[in-house]
Amino acid sequence: MNSNLRRWAPLFLGPTLVAFCIGFVYPFLHGVYLSFCRFITTGDATWVGFNNYIEALSDPSFVHSFWFTALFTAVSVIAVNALAFAVALALTGQVRGRNIFRTVFFSPNLIGGIVLGYIWQLIFNGILANFGTALVLEAKYGFWGLVILMCWQQVGYMMIIYIAGLQSVPKSLYEAARIDGASRWQLLRNVTVPMVMPSITVCTFLTLTGSFKLFDQNLALTGGAPGVVGEGGSMVYRTEMLALNIYNTFYGPGSARGVGQAKAVLFFILVAFIAFWQLRYTRKREVQL
Amino acid sequence: MKRKTIWLVLCILLITLFSGCSRKNDTGKVYYLNFKPEQDAAWQQLAQKYTEETGVEVEVLTAAEGQYEQTLTGEMDKSDAPTLFQVNGPVGLANWKDYCLDLSGSKVLGELTDDSFALREDDKVYGIAYAVETYGIIYNKTLLDKYFDSDFSTVKRVEDINNFDSFSSVVREIQSHKEELGVQGAFTSAGMDASSDWRFKNHLANLPIYYEYTERDITSADKIEGRFLDGYKNIWDLYINNSTVEPTALSSKTATDAATEFKTGKAVFYQNGTWEYGNIKEQNGVGLKDEELGILPIYIGAPGEEEQGLCTGSENYWCVNARASQADQQATLDFLYWVVSDEDGTEALAEDMGFVAPFKMALEAENPLVKIAAEYVSDGKTPVSWAFTTIPSDNWKNALGTALTQYAAGKGSWDDVERAFVEGWESEYAAAHK
Repeated sequence: MNSNLRRWAPLFLGPTLVAFCIGFVYPFLHGVYLSFCRFITTGDATWVGFNNYIEALSDPSFVHSFWFTALFTAVSVIAVNALAFAVALALTGQVRGRNIFRTVFFSPNLIGGIVLGYIWQLIFNGILANFGTALVLEAKYGFWGLVILMCWQQVGYMMIIYIAGLQSVPKSLYEAARIDGASRWQLLRNVTVPMVMPSITVCTFLTLTGSFKLFDQNLALTGGAPGVVGEGGSMVYRTEMLALNIYNTFYGPGSARGVGQAKAVLFFILVAFIAFWQLRYTRKREVQL
Repeated sequence: MKRKTIWLVLCILLITLFSGCSRKNDTGKVYYLNFKPEQDAAWQQLAQKYTEETGVEVEVLTAAEGQYEQTLTGEMDKSDAPTLFQVNGPVGLANWKDYCLDLSGSKVLGELTDDSFALREDDKVYGIAYAVETYGIIYNKTLLDKYFDSDFSTVKRVEDINNFDSFSSVVREIQSHKEELGVQGAFTSAGMDASSDWRFKNHLANLPIYYEYTERDITSADKIEGRFLDGYKNIWDLYINNSTVEPTALSSKTATDAATEFKTGKAVFYQNGTWEYGNIKEQNGVGLKDEELGILPIYIGAPGEEEQGLCTGSENYWCVNARASQADQQATLDFLYWVVSDEDGTEALAEDMGFVAPFKMALEAENPLVKIAAEYVSDGKTPVSWAFTTIPSDNWKNALGTALTQYAAGKGSWDDVERAFVEGWESEYAAAHK
């Protein structure tokens, strides 16, 4: 048995391993290498050392997009998870037609980000036009627009995960707690939340990384606008998130490709670090029965 | 033993997989990465015809609107890279110079009617312009005549519109009597959506740049002083305050909005170029007849502008990939020569694509806007060259566009526009030449 496994392992693992190397390991390592280079096409690069990183970090638009992304992530993680949890709680109770509601809430998640961005752009501009303004004119509209869009798209998906978590909480725990005289609030705080902690871990992980890496919706909704011309003529897009900033940098003139690549490597480290830290933190709070 | 066999099989599989990608041909072939989506079908047809005639394979790929740099970057990385691609003038050339073959002495270069259509740097020819285009303020003759015949008009003939003052009084009078003329505004909406904002951050910005270059007697600059920015403000104020919509609504107006307003007679003036003919001509009863179309130069109040003509130039240059195989390069040069000299090629350029091609054998285009443009030149008006091809970067245009949008909506000051124009130029030029 064991020797059979050993013999056939390369055949079954091989193709996936090769695909993983071609599709992930090689591009990733090559990407890291390119972040130290000046290049136009990836096959033709000259080594420039840490210049790209210095330039990336001294770029005010990169710094701004980092803070904008961080703020957006904080707001949208809380908003999406709170809403999703609330909807999940409501739809696990005795509601008529709850399956229909679940489907309705889930369906926005099936629409692509670009399409959603344009649809919401029309909606927001339609509303804002009544006040003589538009989405791209002020950063705060773009910010809250993105938050609303993300909630609308993500709440349904997270709701499904929460529903699965809520349904797996044993009824006996609630009964025991009720016999002990727990109020509804105490039930929620001391029974439900600790028991669905695995779902919370998954959902915060998904929303956190998802918000940090957001690109399509950002591109379609505001495209980063409005931009502000600062001292010395450099331009900062007020609603440009990190991924869009990297993309815009990459296709700029001259040495920009390498700088964009350096930003992308920094971005990877950042997202990996945050995700790792968040997983550790929420895992600790999961309870085992 | 068996294990070794399996590994061997896997390796062979992989090798065949990769070798399948490598190419084997000696006759050379042409791979054209086309910039203009509206001409895709015409190019495909032309390529097919060439293959039928000569047996040389011609592949045409068209990048999506606004995605040319992205597509080119990706395609150039492949082993089967484009043999023929485009740059949009000296700025685009800066990125791709190492990939451009020196075209000096090539047959297609010899076909150019004027040497200024070759993109030169360091005594080498890196690109050849293939489409000369013209823009200005397109107007609806029927509506403008209606204005001339009205008793409130102070200008009575189109010939009398020859500077900013006369033009702006026409515009203001039309705007204040728009109900009597049955229009919604003098100008179509100056939309600042990405589909339309290039008309202002790029084409309109050409005039202050052109006048400054002319005054300073230069053809490109690392710093711009903004000597004619007052003129830029004049014309922009005129556009935004005398249009079909409120200035605050401009940020989300699109190119289609403006074209539709013009086609349906809701506005008299429309800043655009010869390429727009297909969109505004009469189709299914909507649009303008050829004899209803006219173009005026864009006046900004610069001295001596009475003699100014339309803005004519090119930002589409053919480049041959210097890293392609010799056979492919030769095939590409042969193809280009065929396109500009053979009957089928010139016909396609002039009729199917509607280009005014700067080549000796080129046929005359059917486009009435092109004919009007030619009349300006024969009347002795000085064409305004396309100085905007020296704009240091797309970032500069975007910054300017944003500042214009904010200014139009009343959220930003004209100082921001000036800062984007002058300081932005300096910093973007420095960034691009690092």
